[in-house]
Amino acid sequence: MITIQNYVRAQSLQEAWELNQNKRSRIIGGMLWLKMGKTAVHTAIDLGDLGLNTIEETEEAFSIGCSVTLRQLELHEGLNTYFGGAIAAAVRDIVGVQFRNLATVGGSIFGRFGFSDVLTVFLAADSYVELYQGGIVALEEFVKMKKDRDVLVRVIVKKRGGRFAYHAMRNARTDFPVLTCAVGCVEGTYRAVIGARPARARVLYDEKNLLAGIITADSAAAFAEYVAKKMPTGSNHRGSAAYRTHLVRVLTERAVREMGGC
Amino acid sequence: MEITVKLNGRSVSALIEPDLLLIDFLRAQGCLSVKRGCETANCGLCTVLMDDVPVLSCSVLAARAHGHSITTLEGLQTEAADFVGFIADQGAEQCGFCNPGFVMNTIALLRENPDPTDDEIRAYLAGNLCRCSGYEGQLRGIRNYLNSRKG
Ligand SMILES: Cc1cc2nc3c(=O)[nH]c(=O)nc-3n(C[C@H](O)[C@H](O)[C@H](O)COP(=O)(O)OP(=O)(O)OC[C@H]3O[C@@H](n4cnc5c(N)ncnc54)[C@H](O)[C@@H]3O)c2cc1C
Ligand code: FES
Ligand code: FES
Repeated sequence: MITIQNYVRAQSLQEAWELNQNKRSRIIGGMLWLKMGKTAVHTAIDLGDLGLNTIEETEEAFSIGCSVTLRQLELHEGLNTYFGGAIAAAVRDIVGVQFRNLATVGGSIFGRFGFSDVLTVFLAADSYVELYQGGIVALEEFVKMKKDRDVLVRVIVKKRGGRFAYHAMRNARTDFPVLTCAVGCVEGTYRAVIGARPARARVLYDEKNLLAGIITADSAAAFAEYVAKKMPTGSNHRGSAAYRTHLVRVLTERAVREMGGC
Repeated sequence: MEITVKLNGRSVSALIEPDLLLIDFLRAQGCLSVKRGCETANCGLCTVLMDDVPVLSCSVLAARAHGHSITTLEGLQTEAADFVGFIADQGAEQCGFCNPGFVMNTIALLRENPDPTDDEIRAYLAGNLCRCSGYEGQLRGIRNYLNSRKG
């Protein structure tokens, strides 16, 4: 269990950022992950007064505040219409409703967890994070960055004509996933995102144009084969690298067929 | 620090440590239906309603409950009485330890979705673990309750 010496409700992002520069401070999102550690936290920073708990939709983009919960993502109509239900599919087996009412987008994305369904699905779209100091950074870049002490303010998804699908393999419903797979087609460019490899999710584009034209059973299988060859996987107690690579092929093929062309 | 919480409809103030968890605050206030069944935010036994939304009280800082309303099973006896009998009739439960969390989350489900399908019930209650049963008895109990309501 973590211990906390001080609890502060930040009144501005500047205040949150300044408090967070102390190595022993922690921003608390849903606290679900943080609670599992043994950190002696000097100052717990609560962003709850900053109005970052809403999903805003415009013609061009979704802007998702860091305090938005996974349950809000699951139920948001606009977001799930744009993602073809892929967002709800990605989060609905994460532990339980009561858990998803607490777990936040900010904590889920900032944590850059290898197993993350949330990270996997957002990487399938044209997504960005807004950092208080670092500004707007493409999610694909953010995933590769080392953790620093910045504040993740929002996740932004640009609405560019897209189609998406999400599949994951779990040994039991609500367990951590053995493999996660999202596919996306944004303005004609196809990509597959594989997470829980068990390392962090990685994006692979259809550089060989295997899916160009209409998607058929054959082209879906060829793209899945390509992703399975290129995507590094590893072993842990949930599954071996060989099993994961098998899953990459099967889940990618299913997801592409479900998504269809764009 | 001092917090004021509306607990089961009653305003309660207390001096707390910054890292006190809501579950321990509630138990100290005499709400012993709220129990801890795991250390990993997985079992759902500690479920309470925070502003009418079901959350895991083992994972919320009591400090964060300041100014909010918290409802535990102690405050929902009448609403619970409606359907617990149907679950008991199925002999669903063995040790009964999972019951308070299960009942709380069923109340949340039925408020949000008064006429759920079996799959919707399974999905909503997936975060409530029971070590003794296979969940089928609970599902039959809720189904019988819903059928009885339809007359
Ligand atoms: C038992 C368990 C099972 C899980 N299963 C799954 C699963 O199957 N699939 C899945 O995708 N995820 C899973 N997760 C992860 C979960 O969904 C969340 O991603 C995770 O708990 C982090 O979100 P949080 O809101 O709880 O963040 P916290 O635990 O509060 O924070 C996590 C980290 O991010 C930092 N942080 C939080 N918010 C910000 C911010 N705005 N800016 C900068 N830093 C910030 C915190 O300081 C901390 O270091 C699981 C977690 C647990 C505990
Ligand atoms: S005690 Fe197990 S989820 Fe809270
Ligand atoms: S009846 Fe024993 S845990 Fe559910």
